Amino acid sequence: MTLATATPKRPRPAERRTSAKDEERRLLDHGAWFLVLPALIPILVLSVGPLLYGIALAFTDAQSGRTEPTQWIGTLNFQDLLHDTLFWDSFRIGLLWAVGVTVPQFLLALGLALLLNQRLRLRWLARALAIIPWAMPEVVVGIMWRLVYNPDAGILNETLRDLGLGDGRDWLSGLATALPAVMVVGVWAGMPQTTVALLAGLQNTPRELHEAAAMDGAGAWRRFRTVTWPAIRPIALAISALNLIWNFNSFALVYVLTNGGPGGRTRLPMLFAYEEAFRYGQFGYAAAMGCVMVAVISVLLALHLVGRLRRGGDA
Amino acid sequence: MRTSGAARTGQYVALLAYLVFLAFPFLWLVSTAFKPARELGSLHPTWIPENPTLANFRQAFDEQPLLDAALNSLVAALGAAVVAVLIATPMAYVMARHRTTLSRMATGWVVVSQAFPFVLVIIPLFLVLKNLRLINSVPGLIMVYVVWALPFALWMLVGYVRAVPAELEEAAAVDGAGKLRTLVSVTAPLLAPGIVATALFAFITAWNEFFFALVLLKTPEKQTLPVVLTHFIGAEGVADLGPLAAAAFLATLPSLVVFAVIQKRITGGMLAGAVKS
Repeated sequence: MTLATATPKRPRPAERRTSAKDEERRLLDHGAWFLVLPALIPILVLSVGPLLYGIALAFTDAQSGRTEPTQWIGTLNFQDLLHDTLFWDSFRIGLLWAVGVTVPQFLLALGLALLLNQRLRLRWLARALAIIPWAMPEVVVGIMWRLVYNPDAGILNETLRDLGLGDGRDWLSGLATALPAVMVVGVWAGMPQTTVALLAGLQNTPRELHEAAAMDGAGAWRRFRTVTWPAIRPIALAISALNLIWNFNSFALVYVLTNGGPGGRTRLPMLFAYEEAFRYGQFGYAAAMGCVMVAVISVLLALHLVGRLRRGGDA
Repeated sequence: MRTSGAARTGQYVALLAYLVFLAFPFLWLVSTAFKPARELGSLHPTWIPENPTLANFRQAFDEQPLLDAALNSLVAALGAAVVAVLIATPMAYVMARHRTTLSRMATGWVVVSQAFPFVLVIIPLFLVLKNLRLINSVPGLIMVYVVWALPFALWMLVGYVRAVPAELEEAAAVDGAGKLRTLVSVTAPLLAPGIVATALFAFITAWNEFFFALVLLKTPEKQTLPVVLTHFIGAEGVADLGPLAAAAFLATLPSLVVFAVIQKRITGGMLAGAVKS
């Protein structure tokens, strides 16, 4: 700051300044390219390139380890996908999973963030604990919950037995219970990140606004609606959109917990595409699945944005 | 602001419920890791191991190449973190300071890349890396991780650069410092904490990553920790619970420590990104 206040002491001739400015801008343009290239080249070669290549593959009959050359087959993969009931099953499960995880995740996170924003004892502990699921490798989260859900040696069934709520069951292999059981893990794993984001937003809300609203006699719900929510809405919308996408694309958790079983009840689209590509070697077909997933994600995002606009905000 | 006694009590009950929900799976993991086989076979498991033992840890190391896997993970994560930050920092600087078409496109890419289903990227990457003979190699994995960590690294770093007042740089320029000198002696020191936080975040992301590692690393001696952990779960889903828990517990410790250190900064970066996007 001292530097900034010292600047006006050294005025320069006006003409020299403009020419120097132009010079600097030109230099900067060159310099900027030089600064950007180290990141730009890997992005183009390893991200944008493969993405376009992947889209192209969706229109070929590419397979792994095949000797005859790959051929363009137009939209044949997509036509096959249309009739692939297993794929649409997994798709339905994927949507159910994405919404069924994102919504409770958001509501629970909002509740926790509001609590953590109060002056409560033990909130330091809750903050510390909220880090754990976020920092853990997804594979470990999956393993951990397998231990919790374990039919004999798991703590869940033991607790249920203690509470006299029946003999417990094998949650992860029951046809009806597998998907809800995995969803609980999804909520647990993603909730803290959302909490932290919302909490950051809450802490940027001026406390005086709340106090003024309370003085005017606004109840808790009214204060939330008129003061808190407008303040955190941009963050809430951004984080829930990201969560929706991340959840739709998730893989590791379910791979470890159920590997798509029982009977495909938890086979998320990513799991399906992974098996198609790397177990059966159907690269072209799996790429077509990827394209359909991108399309759906775009639609989800668009819907989200429309909702955002309709609620009348520039956020 | 006054809160009534009943409301306070309600808040504490809710907070306790959250504490239990957040903590119990992790506590159960730790408890399982220290239980001898006999207690793990019991039909009435207890929270506290009656005869705590380290046998599971020994067995875990005997059954799977955990040390090699940890070393692979370390190399992959360190490599990804260092390279990602080295190439992201200059770009983030340009994105934060100059609103050119390029930086707008880069911002767009950061957002869009969050929506990629990895399967659409991994198949072509698999083919490309195979042709480069970089399949089943940690350097190949590092290349993938760098690009994968870039969007968030850029996102965080742009926020940190914006937090450095441009007036400081202008002042240095007026005082006669060249562009490079300004960057090195004025901007870089102020950015350093943000750069470290970003590197640590990239490290954890790579340390925890599973999907790319699963696809790209074929032989056990090349695999990273998350992939090796899944070998403890047999093909039939039958697992040796004790060693599984022990290995999983060990794999978590580094990220927990690093994360505890940088959690505040990540929050800040995330917030900046969320609001500005």
